[in-house]
Amino acid sequence: MTTDAAAIGGMGHSVKRKEDARFLRGKGRYIDDIKLPGMLYMDIVRSPYAHANIKSIDASKALALPGVLAVITGKDLDAAGLAWMPTLMSDKQMVLPVDRVVYQAQEVAAVVATERYIAADGVALVEVDYEPLPPVIDPFKALEPDAPLVRPDREAQTNHIWHWESGDKARTDQLFNEAEVTVKEHIYLPRIHVSSIETCGCVASFDKVSGKLTVYMTTQAPHAIRTVYSLVTGIQEHKIRIVSPDIGGGFGGKVPVYPGYVIASVASIQTGLPVKWIEDRSENLQADSFARDYHITAELAAKNDGTMQALRVKTLADHGAFDAAANPSKFPAGLFSIITGSYRLDAAHVEVDGVYTNKPSGGVAYRCSFRVTEAVHTIERMVDTLAQKLQRDPAAVRMQNFIQPDAFPYKSATGWEYDSGNYPAALQKAMEKIDYAGLRREQAEKRARGELMGIGISTFTEIVGAGPSHTFDILGIKMFDSCEIRVHPTGSAIVRIGVQTQGQGHETTFAQIVAEELGLPVENITVEHGDTDTAPYGLGTYASRSTPTAGAATAVAARKIRDKAKKLAGHLLEVSPDDVEWVDYHFQVKGVPGRSVTMKDIAFAAYTNFPPDLEAGLEAVDYYDPPNLTFPFGAYICVVDIDRGTGMVKIRRFVAVDDCGNIINPMIVDGQIHGGLTMGMAPALFEAITYDENGNMQQSNFMDYLLPTAMETPVWETDKTTTPSPHHPFGAKGVGESATVGAPPAIANAVVDALSHLGVTHLDIPITPWKVYQILQEHGAAES
Amino acid sequence: MIPDDFTYAAPTNLPQVWDLLRQHEGDAKILAGGQSHIPLMKLRLASPAYLIDLRNVPGLTTLAERDGSLIIGAMVTETTLERSPLVRQRYAGIYDASAVVADPIVRNFATVGGNVAHADPANDHPAMLLALRANVTLQGSRGSRTMSLDDFMVDTFETALQGDEVLSEIRVPSPPPQSGSAYIKLERKVGDYAIAAVGAAVTLENGVCSRVGIGLTNVGPKAIRATQAETFLTGKQPDDASIRETARLAADAAQPTTDLHGPADYKRAMVQTLTARVLRLAVQRATAGGGQ
Ligand SMILES: Cc1cc2nc3c(=O)[nH]c(=O)nc-3n(C[C@H](O)[C@H](O)[C@H](O)COP(=O)(O)OP(=O)(O)OC[C@H]3O[C@@H](n4cnc5c(N)ncnc54)[C@H](O)[C@@H]3O)c2cc1C
Repeated sequence: MTTDAAAIGGMGHSVKRKEDARFLRGKGRYIDDIKLPGMLYMDIVRSPYAHANIKSIDASKALALPGVLAVITGKDLDAAGLAWMPTLMSDKQMVLPVDRVVYQAQEVAAVVATERYIAADGVALVEVDYEPLPPVIDPFKALEPDAPLVRPDREAQTNHIWHWESGDKARTDQLFNEAEVTVKEHIYLPRIHVSSIETCGCVASFDKVSGKLTVYMTTQAPHAIRTVYSLVTGIQEHKIRIVSPDIGGGFGGKVPVYPGYVIASVASIQTGLPVKWIEDRSENLQADSFARDYHITAELAAKNDGTMQALRVKTLADHGAFDAAANPSKFPAGLFSIITGSYRLDAAHVEVDGVYTNKPSGGVAYRCSFRVTEAVHTIERMVDTLAQKLQRDPAAVRMQNFIQPDAFPYKSATGWEYDSGNYPAALQKAMEKIDYAGLRREQAEKRARGELMGIGISTFTEIVGAGPSHTFDILGIKMFDSCEIRVHPTGSAIVRIGVQTQGQGHETTFAQIVAEELGLPVENITVEHGDTDTAPYGLGTYASRSTPTAGAATAVAARKIRDKAKKLAGHLLEVSPDDVEWVDYHFQVKGVPGRSVTMKDIAFAAYTNFPPDLEAGLEAVDYYDPPNLTFPFGAYICVVDIDRGTGMVKIRRFVAVDDCGNIINPMIVDGQIHGGLTMGMAPALFEAITYDENGNMQQSNFMDYLLPTAMETPVWETDKTTTPSPHHPFGAKGVGESATVGAPPAIANAVVDALSHLGVTHLDIPITPWKVYQILQEHGAAES
Repeated sequence: MIPDDFTYAAPTNLPQVWDLLRQHEGDAKILAGGQSHIPLMKLRLASPAYLIDLRNVPGLTTLAERDGSLIIGAMVTETTLERSPLVRQRYAGIYDASAVVADPIVRNFATVGGNVAHADPANDHPAMLLALRANVTLQGSRGSRTMSLDDFMVDTFETALQGDEVLSEIRVPSPPPQSGSAYIKLERKVGDYAIAAVGAAVTLENGVCSRVGIGLTNVGPKAIRATQAETFLTGKQPDDASIRETARLAADAAQPTTDLHGPADYKRAMVQTLTARVLRLAVQRATAGGGQ
């Protein structure tokens, strides 16, 4: 008996996405599609000031508007002990302010009305008397002794939040003192915003009879939110149900709890009616958490022959008014210490200082695996800077310093144990695919003619799959993840997982894992997630953790089922289970291919014909505690042309060789990489959020915050190498963020490379045409 | 993103439009494609009590050459312009401009009349139409008047429209033989407003520029006609040296300010780069004979 592997659709098959049928037909169910009987609408009054005292709030005019039922202020919440809420980083955050606002567009009051339009009119009628205070916008100035305090509520009367460091300072300093060559750069990675197509929102529905609060919410982590809700409100956890329906993009921006969720829940409890709150685009851009905002000073020490020895990094992290980042609790700077990258280093020392400013909370992800983008950008820029100083080819310097394939598992200078990798092979493949030698020849010819082209490399190492319980938790909850599988009598199955898709294709890939392990066709397997009443407890999807954690749990749960199935197989085949083997998606009597049973037969027997010593049913649960993280990697090469008359950078070619271990669905991985590369190009060339000296955010809509479109996107040329993770049940690593993490330095390096003969060693992103043009003009290289 | 309360009317002839404009003086707004005005309303930056939609008013969608002019009815959409072979062949600069306005979805709604009447210095048509010496016709209850686009464009968001007047059409003089026009826009991404853009129209006689028009987008309070640059090139051969000097003079005419679209110096430099490029393209089109 042979099985048609394509019909099973297990590992390695480009199964079409199950979720696409509903998305393509407009049948997705996002928060704003949810309409409950009697539902009210909430809209939010926001602060025009970055820093001000609230002297009074007069809601009388708003309350007089027919259809307005309530205006909720900080004082109301304070009475219920809910004016503040804890953040995931052991800080606290205002839900609504009682007497002071600390960033522009901060929530000040909420209007609840019978219609969305009336709620908006009500917002315009709430009169707030502000007394403006001097804001602190620049994080460096925030640390000066006379700087205004952003957070007088804290015991420590300073804008400094925390200091974090990793690595061996003494050894690093010593290597720097003795170094033959050192390079140093100041690198600023500006604030950016994930700008999901779907903004944040919720429908909170409190049932006065049962006392149960149901919240449909745009969240990447429904279970964690349920627990936080219970801890904050005192409502028993079984009386709280968080449902995360279809999510129109998360990228890390939908991990935090935003004030709007809490206020809408309070409004529903108060009115006994469902309350919907949906942010508009400007609110989403202005007030939701931001990524990056790292001011980095990096130094690299090396020998004259190019051997890298030590890395020293100091960073100021602008966290805005609250430290509401969504990192694992012990990692205030995320996994920034992966900054030694793909290279052998004798020592490294990395420091980050978190600072408060009068801006919305920063430090959430932008598809970046907890600050890995910042780390990769730094090391990949520094390797290039070193190559430039030594007048060496950046590819050669990388080859010389790579951790070699036989050195894994490799303990990095900051303490990570890399599971597996083959960096030279990936770079070699990328160089061949793009004809690196040919490009360098072309560049030399063009330079001789005064034309500007550049080639940039990024050979990044990612760190994903948080994480092992000994180090990783969020508010004390360990970062395991989970799966529960039930096989039905007729051989189909339902799989429930603790992670939550926002476009990654979980409904397909998790079904494929089960199909592979159990030999049931993928089309007969349903995946459910996002509803805390039914899904097993999990920490959610972000930081590329789903496949390394819940994916592993799924394989292990399926294997538990297979173990039981083996006993049933023995029973059906009338042999000892020890004489049964799993071959080609079915069980057979060892060495007797003719005598076999399928999982479908076994599933039926599990309910109709099971031996007396075995329980009925065929199901399993697994909570998987990963032994380590996984370390995907890749080699990207980017070619840019620069218009000397305008400074415009055009990406001509971009080759991306990724290695994420064994692949479940190649089509989905390719899609993740294509999207990730575009999202990596975005901050490299387009996106940035800036504030004026008064703390006014300057990009509050898509006219000013430039999201690239298909028109700006080059043809991505993708390829792969496969280095399985040795500790993951099916050798997979995460991939959702590799491209976002790896792409920006490839582009920045290409632009710097194009200008390097003019003495340029660094350009901050986004690389605007005027930054480039100014350099061309200064060096007489502009077209006249 | 929710506008204030307003009343919507869609009258079926111009007199009705005028009546409504007079009845709600100061509190009524004409609605064409809505692609500039609706965004202002949803941000509550504009809150007119009345919106008077021109969509049912006949006679505002002409697109034809007549009496030595191209007539563009105020309600002609960008998409219609973009797809017109007449425009593409004989008024290539106008085609260039409409093709870089926003994106196809916006262009399906947006009108040329709205693009001009909105008087946003960032809009793409005014500069090209200035270069082509366009005139506009305004119709009100007290009659109709025609004026040059230069006179129509008063200031940022301000035109010569008065009382109950409506912009009814734009007239572009038909180009003589050996004419060429072009428009080049520098933008960071599709759908973005210009960092700077330049429109040029050139007529050649015996190898010499007999007529020159140059208009600049988004480098001043309104679309700017670079008159000194035009005068300089008129009567000269469009060779490398004269084009460079014209471009320099055009840059002098710009009044850019620093904003999210770039520093003022950069924008001025871009006017120079773009003027040289767009003039070369216009001259090339003029020389190519039939193509204008
Ligand atoms: C995302 C986006 C990107 C854009 N990018 C660009 C761009 O790159 N370049 C560009 O040029 N434009 C751009 N626009 C603007 C777009 O082209 C506008 O549609 C155009 O400027 C106005 O035309 P409209 O028909 O939509 O006018 P409306 O928005 O309806 O009206 C604009 C103004 O003109 C007045 N008005 C309109 N018609 C008349 C008339 N016949 N008589 C008197 N007054 C009138 C209205 O009262 C209103 O004040 C963009 C718009 C959007 C939404």
